Amino acid sequence: MKAPVISSWFGRGKVEAPPDIASATLRSDRFRLERESEWKRLEAILVRMEKGGLRGIADDDLIALPALYRTAASSLSVARETSLDAATLAYLEALVQRAWFQVYGPRAGFLRWFRDFLLGGWSRAVRELWLDMCIALFVMVAGTVVGWMLVAQDEAWFYRLFPASPGDARAPGATREQLLESLGHDEGAAGLAGFAAQLFSNNSGVCILAFALGFAFGIPSLMLLVHNMALLGVLLWLFAGQGLVVELAAWLSVHGTTELFGILLSGAAGLHIGRAMAFPGKQAVLDAAAAAGRRAAVVMVGVVIMMVVAALLEAFPRQLVTDTGSRYVIGGTMLAFWLAYFFLYRPAPRPGEGAAA
Amino acid sequence: MSRRNIAAAHRDERRTRTLVTPEGLTLPITIAPRMARAGALIIDVMIIVFGLIAFQLAVYWIADGVLSGTRFDPEQMKGGALEFLGIVVALFVFCTWYGYFLVQELGPRGATLGKRIVGIRIAARGGARLTPEAVIARNLLRDIEIFYPLITLFILLVVARNEVPIGILGWVMTGWFLIFLLFPFFNRDALRAGDVVAGTWVVERPRTKLAKALSAQGAAAAQGASDVTGVRYAFGEAELSIYGEKELQTLERMLRDAQPEALAAVHETICRKIGWDPGAGDERAFLEAYYAQLRSRLETDLRFGKRKADKFA
Repeated sequence: MKAPVISSWFGRGKVEAPPDIASATLRSDRFRLERESEWKRLEAILVRMEKGGLRGIADDDLIALPALYRTAASSLSVARETSLDAATLAYLEALVQRAWFQVYGPRAGFLRWFRDFLLGGWSRAVRELWLDMCIALFVMVAGTVVGWMLVAQDEAWFYRLFPASPGDARAPGATREQLLESLGHDEGAAGLAGFAAQLFSNNSGVCILAFALGFAFGIPSLMLLVHNMALLGVLLWLFAGQGLVVELAAWLSVHGTTELFGILLSGAAGLHIGRAMAFPGKQAVLDAAAAAGRRAAVVMVGVVIMMVVAALLEAFPRQLVTDTGSRYVIGGTMLAFWLAYFFLYRPAPRPGEGAAA
Repeated sequence: MSRRNIAAAHRDERRTRTLVTPEGLTLPITIAPRMARAGALIIDVMIIVFGLIAFQLAVYWIADGVLSGTRFDPEQMKGGALEFLGIVVALFVFCTWYGYFLVQELGPRGATLGKRIVGIRIAARGGARLTPEAVIARNLLRDIEIFYPLITLFILLVVARNEVPIGILGWVMTGWFLIFLLFPFFNRDALRAGDVVAGTWVVERPRTKLAKALSAQGAAAAQGASDVTGVRYAFGEAELSIYGEKELQTLERMLRDAQPEALAAVHETICRKIGWDPGAGDERAFLEAYYAQLRSRLETDLRFGKRKADKFA
């Protein structure tokens, strides 16, 4: 045996002298020995790229990478036609595949992608979902109406829909003063930041669920929307009984315009996938699902950001600002901001970007 | 070649797909086995869980310090500091849960730590470019596939222990969990639901070292002359026309890593086949010479467009 395994453990740093090209008796082996150093160089660059991205790679190596990749690729196609050396073929196949992963790998790291996402990618993805957003909006309004009507017909529905928590004044039969008080502020700013963090994990969890459930043809997403909005309908009914709808809406609008918009988007994203799978059109089901999934994923990253904003609004301004008019101003401003960002902000896509979506 | 090796080779063949690069080159690519993927997920979840537990312990330790710093005056206790710690924990858990998979799979290796350990990576299906959107989509779906039903089932179990009837919900959640868990078994490419939505698949990471050039060493380099005996092995047309490419590559594999006893057996087989008298002691040189001359002949034919797949061809 020529090369014991152990030597390869200890002799890592040593560079083995290449065998004399003329010593090879076969033409295909001479072909291999002539090009071997270029393959080895490509392999060394690949190892460094896989370890640490593009940092720590010399500029001329980086410039040489595409050329080395093509050299290896053409070596492989020549070797397939001329060489019967299985080991060399297997090595070249693995090498070209590894190089292919790097040369045609994700073009941008997460941070670069995130910048492009904020500067246009997000609003473009949202606009692509317009039909699903219309459906989701319709379903949400319908859910609110259903919630209202159910409770208006039979008060028992209130307890079924609204998870009963002891000490909560918000129940049928509550007086106007009790309800007004529940819309007021809590005890100062203490504890609000923690409250916000809790709200955020909770709400974004619900949104991700609404998105992911789209996989079952979107129906569970819609059911989740109906259920959530029915709660809103119940709350509206309760406060309307005491003539407090305007105050409730102000209280809700502070964070609700952001949060409900986020829920709308996640439901629409789920529906988008479901729709693509149910009606793939001319594409294969898998391709249609993949294209829709990637579009919807962009929207979902945005939804998580919206949930952060909503949680902050819910914890701070809503609890600290008690004036109905100011609450409307905050909520309205947020709604106007989101609408403008999604539908008026249309920067031209940069070249090469969005082609994969 | 044992029967197990043959079965393994057959399994590998079923998992092999062809990828066409933009240059028009076809590359074989191997779908990762389902067991490897399950193992990778278990490793990743364990890393996350242990990391989070360690982080929690550190936070408790800090919180303890915050409390003991005001031991003499409870009025001074920093509510803000504790609250801040609470926020840090909540955000850290969220970022770890989603960031761990996202950042690593978007990296140049396209694999989390667990995937790297078992030697697999993600790739876009059918040779497209892997995009951040795809990685995000496949990771968001993992929640409903595995963790959401598991956590719900766990809660239901706790509820059921308290003698509260949970009705049919338990079965529904079990069914949900099983559907997604078994999803990869019902398609050829072992896609899970997240892969379907993201347009990705999980493949084996190629890693092959460049072996030595066989014709540049031993008897093959010395025109068939043996180091041991000095005898020159030269084979004629009749002796070289027996075997084809398949046998050549089996011989190559043997020469690269078989034991001397195995080489002796091969030597004897070949000698009997070509009608030589099998000697002993110089098997390696004989086989190297035979390999080089057989390959030379087959490659010459190859250049003229004649292929001989195996000895039956």
